[in-house]
Amino acid sequence: MGETKGYNERLEQKLTSIYAGGHEKYHEKMKQQNKLFVRDRLKLLFDNGEYVEDGRFANVEAGDLPADGVVTATGKVNGQTVCVMANDSTVKAGSWGSRTVEKIIRIQEIAEKNRVPLLYLVDSAGARITDQLDMFPNRRGAGRIFHNQVRLSGFIPQICLLFGPSAAGGAYIPAFCDIVFMVEGNASMYLGSPRMAEKVIGEKVTLEEMGGARMHCTVSGVGDVLVTSEEEAISEAKRYLSFFPANYTKKPKKVETRAIKEGRTLEAIIPENQNAPFDMYEAIDAIIDEGTFFDVKKLFAPELITGFARIEGQAVGILANQPKAKGGVLFVDSADKAAKFISLCDAFSIPLVFLADVPGFMIGTKVERAGIIRHGAKLIAAMSSATVPKISVIVRKAYGAGLYAMAGPAFEPDVCIALPTAQIAVMGPEAAVNAVYSNKIEAIEDPKERLKFVQEKHAEYKEEIDIYKLASEMIIDEIVAPSDLRRELADRLRYYEDKEIAPAPRKHPVLPV
Amino acid sequence: MKNLASTMAGTVFTVNVAAGEEVSAGQVVLVLESMKMEIPIEAETAGKVAAINVKEGDFVNEGDVLVTFE
Repeated sequence: MGETKGYNERLEQKLTSIYAGGHEKYHEKMKQQNKLFVRDRLKLLFDNGEYVEDGRFANVEAGDLPADGVVTATGKVNGQTVCVMANDSTVKAGSWGSRTVEKIIRIQEIAEKNRVPLLYLVDSAGARITDQLDMFPNRRGAGRIFHNQVRLSGFIPQICLLFGPSAAGGAYIPAFCDIVFMVEGNASMYLGSPRMAEKVIGEKVTLEEMGGARMHCTVSGVGDVLVTSEEEAISEAKRYLSFFPANYTKKPKKVETRAIKEGRTLEAIIPENQNAPFDMYEAIDAIIDEGTFFDVKKLFAPELITGFARIEGQAVGILANQPKAKGGVLFVDSADKAAKFISLCDAFSIPLVFLADVPGFMIGTKVERAGIIRHGAKLIAAMSSATVPKISVIVRKAYGAGLYAMAGPAFEPDVCIALPTAQIAVMGPEAAVNAVYSNKIEAIEDPKERLKFVQEKHAEYKEEIDIYKLASEMIIDEIVAPSDLRRELADRLRYYEDKEIAPAPRKHPVLPV
Repeated sequence: MKNLASTMAGTVFTVNVAAGEEVSAGQVVLVLESMKMEIPIEAETAGKVAAINVKEGDFVNEGDVLVTFE
């Protein structure tokens, strides 16, 4: 008996020091930065704060490296089993040694075998240079973490919550995740720190400018959701997860229907003037279950809205042009944003709803030099190869390749629905009349006669692209009243639930990136 | 207060404020026309207009400063 007691005491002592994390001064520093200790983060994340852990005793012999700076755990979130890797930045700034890396690889293997989502709670200074031979170049070194992430991509959801730095090679953890939450003021990502940039290339720059959360969520697009606190990051990540099945073999869960938000009707929201801006968010609210919208990359390329929502309890991925921002025109960044979002929805069986109000892809020197053609091709390729239910709704207009990008008729949407306000054409009436008759228009000297001619041609053109003509030719499948759109979408989502398309006989398409 | 720059290439359609005018956050200070669309340019925060650098019909590129604030 006495001996057993000795064993237990030894275990208790070890556990107490492991659970305490790093030195008290680092805990203090975290508090000052409004950061939570890793074990408090896990308590917030997991249902009832309960989880099991692997490798608690990793590097216990070292004495000052509890859990070797990373907690790897399995538990439930929203009732769904998930795996988690969470850096402990009180232990050597969350840096990676050989056992840290091995623990991360093992939790990836556990998530793979059990086919459950994997969350990466990142707060790490990067590799321990002193340990590099043990953790950097080898077969089960840090590179294997990224290799595993790529293998697991589309197999299970992978989510990154960035609470602190994600430096150098470590910055690839967020890059390979499906989505990245960043806490403003604390989260950062960079390949080389500002200090390194100054030494190596001579640039003087602040951390915030170079790799801060706001920069990544607005400019680079590496971050997806900007949040103000760790608590918000965790609750939003849970909300995000609620749209997803555990793995690619399953379907997203349905929940109870909620009514739409009280507000103006779609009819009232959409202006008659094709060129006038309106707020597409208001239109989305008029279709979806109240309070279910989850905005992805809200601050990046706002001319295209991408987000998850529910329509009568069914999960959908919505892509909607935002006429209020840059006229809803598609740019390099919006094409990128759409391609990733479509690929994410398609991987996990989340149906796509396209709400088109798009004048086309941007033209001009600036975008051509930035490669708008290949970025546009990337978007069209992602949309075209998606096999989940695809519903295309022409809200007001779809001109040029904008029609293609928004799952127009040629791209095998399950249905292409037009609202009565819809116009589908190579270009709008003004541009078309100019393109065809510019010489003739210029030749008419009397301004009144000229205006009369232009107006006549506009009217002719509008007749030619009249939406009922397109419906009569069966170019579009349906015209529905705005007030019936939600009902129509909800029904069709139910009917298309078991849609299946046989994969093409090939390894994979060549990505136009 | 921050200067307001053009969000995309296009021509100035209307200028809705004058130098010296107080504007509120979210107020449309200028409208661009591009790709046949009207593109409203809104003030990000409240402030007093110091100068308007463009007039109706001017071509502006993405990033060009349109309005400066005091």
